Amino acid sequence: MMSLGPYASFIVTSYALVTAVVLILIIAIAIDYRSLRQRLRELDQSGITRRSGRSAADLR
Amino acid sequence: MTVLAALIRRDIRIAVRVGGGALIGVLFFLTVVVLMPFAVGPDLALLTRLGPAILWLGALLASLLTLDRLFTADHEDGSLDLIVMSRTPLELACATKALAHWIAAGLPLIGATPVLGLLLNLDTRSTAAVALTLLAGTPALTFTGMIGAALAVTLHRGGLLLAVLVLPLSIPVLIFGVAASQAAIAGQSFGAPFSILCAVSLVSFVIGPFAAAACLRHGLD
Amino acid sequence: MTLIDLANPSKFLSLTARVLPWLAAATAIVLAIGLYQSAAAPDDYQQGATVKIMFIHVPNAWLSMLVWGVMSLAALGTLVWRHPLADVAAKAAAPIGAAFTFLALVTGALWGRPMWGTYWEWDARLTSVLILFLMYLGLIALWRAVEDPSRAARAGAVLTLVGAINLPIIKFSVDWWNTLHQPASVMRLGGPTLDRAFLVPLLVMAAAFSLLFVTLLLAAMRNEILRRRLRSLQMMQARAFSSEVDTGSHEGNAPKPKFGAA
Repeated sequence: MMSLGPYASFIVTSYALVTAVVLILIIAIAIDYRSLRQRLRELDQSGITRRSGRSAADLR
Repeated sequence: MTVLAALIRRDIRIAVRVGGGALIGVLFFLTVVVLMPFAVGPDLALLTRLGPAILWLGALLASLLTLDRLFTADHEDGSLDLIVMSRTPLELACATKALAHWIAAGLPLIGATPVLGLLLNLDTRSTAAVALTLLAGTPALTFTGMIGAALAVTLHRGGLLLAVLVLPLSIPVLIFGVAASQAAIAGQSFGAPFSILCAVSLVSFVIGPFAAAACLRHGLD
Repeated sequence: MTLIDLANPSKFLSLTARVLPWLAAATAIVLAIGLYQSAAAPDDYQQGATVKIMFIHVPNAWLSMLVWGVMSLAALGTLVWRHPLADVAAKAAAPIGAAFTFLALVTGALWGRPMWGTYWEWDARLTSVLILFLMYLGLIALWRAVEDPSRAARAGAVLTLVGAINLPIIKFSVDWWNTLHQPASVMRLGGPTLDRAFLVPLLVMAAAFSLLFVTLLLAAMRNEILRRRLRSLQMMQARAFSSEVDTGSHEGNAPKPKFGAA
């Protein structure tokens, strides 16, 4: 492991914080995506269609 | 032009009459300035040093408090819709309302400054300097605050959001206002920060009405 | 595919579905290269190893401003050209930009402590980034305060543009304010004459974070489009249900609609 000097804890904390926040962003967006698709699928199954007549769960 | 003159007269009359919209700002200013020594301590020398800053902060918060009324009252009784739909350019109407608001709510603050300066152990020269910078800066506070007021007009509890939105916009005014006051008190170059303060005010005269009009137009349909 | 095609939400969704995996992969690769280079970078003769914080601090600071710039373009798109996806982009970008600004502030504080001896200082750069962070939060609050998405979009667009004008003003005034009060310590950063050994990892990390931003933005925009679809469908469902109740037409012939997590 490279020597990080006397302030190693600061360096590690910074990188850890950046990693944590980026991961939180990614996970939050992913969870949001899954829950939205799930709810759209449920609505689709109950027969509600969009104005164009296409299915709600269709992503194309 | 008579439309705008009528608008000014109406706004000033309402502000002075109903619920003391103008005077409550002064009352709040007084309260804030009185609270400061309780927080900071009665050390007169410290109060003198902090005086311009306290006066400026008080004026900023007081004008923030009264900004809420700028559009809300008109929105509630429907006259805002009339103003938006009238033939007068909405930007001019907004500028006029801001001017009326400043006359009714901002000028009394400046008038109260000498009295409050006494409370903060400021001598006449310092108080005059602060009053002059307030004269140049409070229009900027009103005109940029108008943007926040327009954004928040259609929200029911928009008061706090208004403050959050407006404060970052008022920071430059605060900085230059206090800097100009301090410079005048210390006898240094008063002209530079003061002219920048005036410049910021002038810029706000343009940006404020345009942004506020855009908000009102988009927010009310 | 022209910009006009991109204005169609469905086309945008299909494009995103195709492009997103590649973007994510590219981000990961560039990030890995950048991290390796940051780790391998030599120590600064003054700061020692803490210069490595610069490789994550500066990209976040750059991005915090770049994102506001992107949101400002989107705001113009909403107000001037009425591009349908402009406000989707703006709404999706705001939290991401706020996160980058937050990281810039925090990594800056952690870098400042070893370098200047203090976590925080009221110098021009830090103060203006702090104000930028407050403006991001205000913008997000405004987005959430208005119910109707298109009205929220226009209000947010105006605030974004006003903020864009105000940012240089704030920067200039805070600079003035700081020199007026004689800063307690002199800030010494790498500056434009950065040594190649530091410049290369920095630029790679900046590219990585930019790719990260684009990836996250597209994914968040996709979510926002789906969210609006969901909202309009739920309203249709509510209308359908209430009209069924009105006409009393559910006499067992049609199956009752299943209510998902509404």
